[in-house]
Amino acid sequence: METEVKEAQGKIISAENPDITAPADWQPVIMGILCNWCSYAGSDLTGTSRIQYPPNIRIIRVPCSSRVDPWFIIKSLQTTADGVLISGCHPGDCHYISGNYYARRRFLVTKKLLNFVGYHENRIQFSWVSAAEGPKFAKVVAKVTEDIKKLGPLHRYKKENF
Amino acid sequence: MARVGVFVCFCGANIAGVVDVPAVVQEAKKIKEVKIAIEYKYVCSDPGQQMIRDAIVQNRLTSVVVAACSPRMHEKTFRKALSDAGMNPYLLEIANIREHSSWVHQKDKKAATEKASDLIRMAVAKSIANEQLHEISVPVTKRALVIGGGIAGIQAALDIADARIPVTLVEKSPSIGGRMAQLDETFPTLDCSQCILTPKMVDVASHPYIELIPYSEVIELQGYVGNYKVKIKKKASYVDFSTCTGCGTCTQKCPVKVPNEFNMNIDKRKAIYTPFPQAVPNKPVIDAEHCTMLLKGKCGICAKFCEKGSINFKMVDEVIEREIGAVVIATGYDLWDPKPYEEYGVGRYKDIITSLEFERMVSASGPTNGVPVRPSDGKVPKNVVFIKCIGSRDEAKGIEYCSKICCMYTAKHAILLHHKVPDSHAYIFYMDIRAAGKGYEEFVKRAQVETAATYLRGRVSKIYKKGDKLMVRGEDAQIGQVVEVEADLVVLATAVIAPKDNPALARLLGVSYDKYGYMSEAHPKLRPVETAKAGIFLAGCTQAPKDIPDTVAQASACAAKVCGLFAGDTMKKDPMISTINNEFCSGCQNCITVCPYQAIVTEEIPLGYGSKEMRTVAKINEGVCQGCGSCVAICRSMAITLAGFTDTQIINEIVAI
Repeated sequence: METEVKEAQGKIISAENPDITAPADWQPVIMGILCNWCSYAGSDLTGTSRIQYPPNIRIIRVPCSSRVDPWFIIKSLQTTADGVLISGCHPGDCHYISGNYYARRRFLVTKKLLNFVGYHENRIQFSWVSAAEGPKFAKVVAKVTEDIKKLGPLHRYKKENF
Repeated sequence: MARVGVFVCFCGANIAGVVDVPAVVQEAKKIKEVKIAIEYKYVCSDPGQQMIRDAIVQNRLTSVVVAACSPRMHEKTFRKALSDAGMNPYLLEIANIREHSSWVHQKDKKAATEKASDLIRMAVAKSIANEQLHEISVPVTKRALVIGGGIAGIQAALDIADARIPVTLVEKSPSIGGRMAQLDETFPTLDCSQCILTPKMVDVASHPYIELIPYSEVIELQGYVGNYKVKIKKKASYVDFSTCTGCGTCTQKCPVKVPNEFNMNIDKRKAIYTPFPQAVPNKPVIDAEHCTMLLKGKCGICAKFCEKGSINFKMVDEVIEREIGAVVIATGYDLWDPKPYEEYGVGRYKDIITSLEFERMVSASGPTNGVPVRPSDGKVPKNVVFIKCIGSRDEAKGIEYCSKICCMYTAKHAILLHHKVPDSHAYIFYMDIRAAGKGYEEFVKRAQVETAATYLRGRVSKIYKKGDKLMVRGEDAQIGQVVEVEADLVVLATAVIAPKDNPALARLLGVSYDKYGYMSEAHPKLRPVETAKAGIFLAGCTQAPKDIPDTVAQASACAAKVCGLFAGDTMKKDPMISTINNEFCSGCQNCITVCPYQAIVTEEIPLGYGSKEMRTVAKINEGVCQGCGSCVAICRSMAITLAGFTDTQIINEIVAI
């Protein structure tokens, strides 16, 4: 899918719905849902190492990526976030043995569904970040932020907006 | 109506240097549930905690939000402050405005401040839905498993057993002793390695609280801290240890000769062998890969000569199970193969050896009876060149890190060479001399002064053959010239690497490992012997390269941790586990499929009050549940709740921004 930023009359236009626009200095909000043992620890390491990344992400801690209900992703996109990042332990390294495999499958299905509904696929992203990968976390956040900035503001699919 | 207290920490300049703390406090005060919002220099300090306690009592708070560092850092501290004020500790939420805001957005103060406010809003929203939780007591199995019988495993096992806690020690090879048993003398005191190690090995074998299982491997670990079940595969040794006297006749008579890995393949051992004379247990095993009887069905000479009839060619691998409460991993290290150093002629020139090969040669019990010799012609070398950092600190060919022990053992080798061959001369090519440790710098000085070893700072670029000598060409950076040394023998100080089985073992045990294959500790500074998995500890080089004193200290630290874990009959467990609401459960049993701990079972309950008809619902064993939340996300009827991370709490966080 096209990921070029759309602009018109100094306004950023949503990739999904051309009627939705935002001012040129618009900053997206990204909901980051991280597992406690790998990615949250990795994000802490990013902080401890003072590696800088864009400030758009808001982080929620869950015990395991398998705790992430598709509902959380949909609710984020409906209400506050312009994009969602789910991050867990690397395959094979799950603190809870196999949780991240369930998370991955559930995530793929959710992403397909949301894509079908009309969300751009880059709105929802998944990554593996271990507790030792502080620099990687910063890179992932920078990339996700960049992707979502290109997509512009999000049309909130909820009752009031139809 | 919720009454939330918000406490924002300056953390000195760590937070306040970037985030505008007073503005954040003003923002927090605007949230309607927030009763009180205060800023403080260090909330984690005693007066800071006192401030929280006072605020709880004065304002009758229903939950507390601390905006400070990561919850992984001080969650426990603040929970304790809450319970000291008579409040349930699980009514605390932490907004991580240091690791997630001030430290990572240092250049954008405005955005960092906004983000901090958002994080506080999220934490407040979550805390409103927090419930009072209580720690769960679970019984503890007081037995420890130690994996690896090197000096780390030996020390850990002895220290735990001395506290009268039973230990199962599993060793992969036929004897305990590990790498230290291969060493001749140890720096910086030149203690004879065998002399200080073998008494400990004997102690392990004779200790009433230690069960030694040699020639075996851990193949499965189930359960959770305090209540693990381990499966150990005991490899077939083809020798009945209960009747074998260790007389050694079988080893003498065996006709099959195999390279001896204990002596770095310098000499040969037999197919039935004990790895070294002081082995514990001192019983031979048959190497199934080389024994003619096992391969072709012919020979059996050992069985003929064994007076006790201990040899049994039909023996098979055996799996034994143990219930244990804690695990110490002490799998040690391997050495890097220097093959990529082609310009040195590694593999082409026989007289280039590794340091452990040199170590075996200078060992009095080694293959050359303590005299270093040239592998090509058996002559005693006069000029020996030692090259350090082979593979270490070498991003191109080897690994990035410093192997830590090579500077010291190379100095030791120079001294030992001088002792064994007094008219010899040692040349040492080095990058830096890293001799931080008690008596270490003095030891290096001793090598330089007493044995007059020539230390040359620089890398070796090439080694080539001239007659029967090896010409070592390198740079002496201190005089800025290329130097050439005529060597009889070249010794490469190869890098310490993680055992190649480490990642597989780590996955099997459920602990994490780093990119080199070393096991990861829970915190590099404050929790250096614990893994992220409760009840599993690390000793020795399995965590990172280290010398013997550090290894022994870490092993004893592991023992202290294990003893601490086993101090009571029961153990407190985090209450953040799942519970099932029977009213909603439809009995689909999807949760049972996804539970990685087999913590969920089915239960029959009456269909309605007083009804004789039954229906099936799921039931969670609270002792086994680890609180991952897989079952919560998969439950279609939303019958499962994970305490501490309920749907309401997380949705509250999402919509709070």
